[in-house]
Amino acid sequence: MVLQVEDLHTSFFTKMGEVKAVDGISFHVRERETFGIVGESGCGKSVTGLSIMRLLPEPSGQIVSGKIILEGKNLVELSKKHMRAYRGKVVSMILQDPMTSLNPVYTIGDQVGEAVRMHQDLPENMVEAEVIDVLRLLRIPAPEVRLKEYPFQLSGGMKQRVVGAIAMSCRPRLLIADEPTTALDATIQAQYIALFEDIQEKTNVAIIFITHDFGVVARICDRVGVMYAGKIIETAPTRDIFKNPKHPYTIALIKSVPQLDKKDDRLFSIEGQPPSMMNLPKGCRFCPRCHVALDICKEQEPPEVKISENRSVSCWRVK
Amino acid sequence: MASKILLEAKDIVKHYPVTRGLLQRTVGWVRALDGVSFSVEHGKSLSIVGESGAGKTTIARQILLLEKLTSGSIFFEGQDLNKMTPAEIKAVYRPKVHYVQQNPWSSMNPRMRVRDVVGEPLFVNTKQSKKKVYEEVGTLLEQVGIGAEGMNRYPHEFSGGQRQRIAVARALALNPSLLVLDEPVSALDVSIRAQIMNLFKDLQDKFNLAFIVIAHNLATVRYMSHTVAIMYLGQLVEYGDSEALFEHPLHPYTRALISASQLTLPEDSEGKAKQIILTGEMPSPLNPPPGCRFHTRCSEASDKCSRDVPEMHKIGKQQVKCHHYD
Repeated sequence: MVLQVEDLHTSFFTKMGEVKAVDGISFHVRERETFGIVGESGCGKSVTGLSIMRLLPEPSGQIVSGKIILEGKNLVELSKKHMRAYRGKVVSMILQDPMTSLNPVYTIGDQVGEAVRMHQDLPENMVEAEVIDVLRLLRIPAPEVRLKEYPFQLSGGMKQRVVGAIAMSCRPRLLIADEPTTALDATIQAQYIALFEDIQEKTNVAIIFITHDFGVVARICDRVGVMYAGKIIETAPTRDIFKNPKHPYTIALIKSVPQLDKKDDRLFSIEGQPPSMMNLPKGCRFCPRCHVALDICKEQEPPEVKISENRSVSCWRVK
Repeated sequence: MASKILLEAKDIVKHYPVTRGLLQRTVGWVRALDGVSFSVEHGKSLSIVGESGAGKTTIARQILLLEKLTSGSIFFEGQDLNKMTPAEIKAVYRPKVHYVQQNPWSSMNPRMRVRDVVGEPLFVNTKQSKKKVYEEVGTLLEQVGIGAEGMNRYPHEFSGGQRQRIAVARALALNPSLLVLDEPVSALDVSIRAQIMNLFKDLQDKFNLAFIVIAHNLATVRYMSHTVAIMYLGQLVEYGDSEALFEHPLHPYTRALISASQLTLPEDSEGKAKQIILTGEMPSPLNPPPGCRFHTRCSEASDKCSRDVPEMHKIGKQQVKCHHYD
């Protein structure tokens, strides 16, 4: 087990009150496994990633309770200084927009080299070789030349590879990828996903893949957690999520994705919108939009029920 | 009988100059559109698909007459727009063609109430009283599922999906016959997308609207369109009936695009083996490759492809620009 998250609560303390962005989620990721976190905007998927990285915007964003156990160490208890040694070396992150994650005034070599210099005790003359090595891992053509180039000289897809190279430069055990392919074009996206699989094979890294796109999930994830309004409402192996989803939200979400190989006259759509995180409904959070809600759904939050070895669902309908 | 064709583009070309130095000398041309032809019928939708830099948005800008074409012409209900005077364009063309942008967060003035956002085209183009306009705004808002009571609120009070509905209401204000939708759902969440796409379909049926949809997501396109145009580096590589094109894609690029958007499950090794992953990236439109523009990334390219420019071939309900069909 590389990562184990137990009952994590992350809140933002704002002038208008506490916003429970992540409200008690648990999951784990094994070595060489890709765990997908899927959900719509505002459901807390990115905050989950930032909590693990301990990069929440302070002082408003705080981990209230719970455990994040990475390689046996609870990250929540680490001091800031200690966490810095972990970040980039044991756990690293790729963000959505490659245009903003790179510094425009430093060369690619400098930026990838920064992490190497920080975390690895290498003599200066070895750094460049190491950087070239990691650029090669990300299949960046002609790394010796790219090294001296600036971000503006690269295309979007290439930039995102450089961001990937920075994240992989110290061969972390866990990589958190937050919508890494959303800003890329379809054919470039396919390239990037194939690349992830290749990197995982070579380095055994565990990956948390945060996305809103079920198509991407199907391609890369081994297991998926579906998030809604701060909770993981269903966890299952990818195949089961598609073939036999249990939670009404998952069912509706999968149905509402238009599919290429069949033409429907009308798309299935979920009425209404996700609830405001400042003002959550009392019972099940999906209840106001749910077609099969029971009386109990309005009153009490459903517990998480483990229905098999790898699956759990939070819904009163599922026993 | 009136012709079924509402808007037709014939061989349109748009080159942007690249200038350098104090005197702004032209040192090259970005060939954003290089001979593109298509047509849209009344009440039907045409989708234009391609990756960034393919020239999709340039097409939208030409249709909306935001720029002057380098060459070629656009016909609206049989009339050549090049030959119309500005006054005629304002009277005949502008009220009939409207635009919905991708991002509903930036397409509205945050300081205007929704009634003025939606009412603006009416204030500008008709001489109705304020009261009359607001009445009409109420009906428009009902049609897009917002409800007339939303009229007095400000855009920031609405969610992304609702704002997109408001943008649609504004586009409908003058009773247009064509809407240009630039990535209309890609800024929205999955569960909201389906709602908005259904709304577009309902409006199309109700008002006999024609759509030109610009999109990069093929699944969205399949749902929305009657005709599809696949663009690559400023040119159409495949064009034709949506059903035919998705069932039997002819161009290697179309096949790669479709493969990239297909849902493949992790253990589906057969599906994975069939996946086409293109190598490389789209070349720069400043200096497009000779011959077929796609040959640098095509796995089926031959010598001929890098030498001769392919022609558009008509095959059934489709047209394809590829040497394999010579």
